[in-house]
Amino acid sequence: MATETTDTTVDARGATCPGPLMDLIAEIRAVEDGVVVGLLSDNERTPDEVREWADEAGHEVTDVHDEGDYYHIEVTKG
Amino acid sequence: MTEHVVIVGGGTGGVVLANDLADHLGPEIDAGDVSVTLFDAGEDHVYKPVWLYVAFGQREPSDGRRPLRKLVDDRVEIRHEYVVDVDTDANELDLVDDPRPVEYDHLVLATGAQLEPDRVPGLTEGAHDFYSETGAERLREELLDLTEGHVVLSVVGSPHMCPAAPLEFSFMLDDWLRERGLREDVDITYTYPVMRVHGNPHIAEWARPIFEERDIAVETMFNAEEVDPDAGVITSMEGTELDYDLLVGIPPHTGSELVTEAGLGEDWVDVDRHTLEATAAEDVYAIGDAAAVGVPKAGSAAHYQANVVAQRLASEVRGRPATTIYDGKTLCFIETGMDSATYVAFDYEEPPSPGTPTQAMHWSKLAYNESYWLTARGLL
Repeated sequence: MATETTDTTVDARGATCPGPLMDLIAEIRAVEDGVVVGLLSDNERTPDEVREWADEAGHEVTDVHDEGDYYHIEVTKG
Repeated sequence: MTEHVVIVGGGTGGVVLANDLADHLGPEIDAGDVSVTLFDAGEDHVYKPVWLYVAFGQREPSDGRRPLRKLVDDRVEIRHEYVVDVDTDANELDLVDDPRPVEYDHLVLATGAQLEPDRVPGLTEGAHDFYSETGAERLREELLDLTEGHVVLSVVGSPHMCPAAPLEFSFMLDDWLRERGLREDVDITYTYPVMRVHGNPHIAEWARPIFEERDIAVETMFNAEEVDPDAGVITSMEGTELDYDLLVGIPPHTGSELVTEAGLGEDWVDVDRHTLEATAAEDVYAIGDAAAVGVPKAGSAAHYQANVVAQRLASEVRGRPATTIYDGKTLCFIETGMDSATYVAFDYEEPPSPGTPTQAMHWSKLAYNESYWLTARGLL
């Protein structure tokens, strides 16, 4: 599991694109710099979409963990 | 004892469901074994897709309104009252102006989506929209005055109602300006929050070349953070600034407070995506924009979901297993100009595959808009 450093987690399992990324963006908006936001998604596009957006927006993807039937992604707000 | 079915919300889903129930359960209603009540605070049913055409002066807001009472079967009781609380443990609703709770045996939430532009500073003051009657009328006046400058269409929030509409508006605006000889003096930019021009990858792949052909600039990964109406600037949280002369925004949407306060989900009701039953409570369904099923917040989805829930409720009332399920079916026309359109049909398994736009499909969309009132009555 990749939850030890996560400050807040968004569970977007079951949501289709672009739902998981939009849920993450909403949470990133709401937190301070340095906060680690976790995202749970069972959509196979999500890890790449999160990496691409985080790179553009200046945040850091600190972990992408395949939990079997979903991904646990951690993003640190830059 | 009479089984009471309560529907909250008189949009497409609620109205189609009410009429379907009256159709399926007519004998039981006539015998007094079943009653159906539809709650909606407004007197009118509103067909929101008309507003896209209002902005271009092709329809009037009144074209999208009909009295609920004229659309809904007389066997359905309509109460124009605000529901302020849902107690799913007691199977009761509270009303704003009536201290007596309303008991239900089966509840269907069709509470839709509301606009929340205030989530983005400056958006309310700085942006126009075609997602409300007044917004579409104001935008019409702005477009009639537009002779030059920069129009920015920004999809600020997602999910939002009618996901194809921002594409449609952009393509229609381009065509409308060309017809009026103004396109060379007006730049258009379209922004979208993720790395594509549309949330659905298949529709995005189809639409992207059209933006290029029409010389419509695109800014993806643009999540509006702030609008400065005085300076005419919209800024994204990714750090991009766009100057505008006319800003058209698709505002953030939110669900009914009823949903969150009843513990049924965050904004939208968490449901089984096939049965449409709420996952957090018994005897509760959700349909249309209110339901978190992963399909577009579109009238067609609400319509098909209402058909499914009507069948399921009819089975439950008759003591039979409910076997009808929702397969994610959604249909959308997509205007690609003032006289061309395409069409997509998709479900949970089959992705959308837009075809080549044609004038015939455009006329089909306009014809459907006219015949929508038959859909609302449960006849089409």
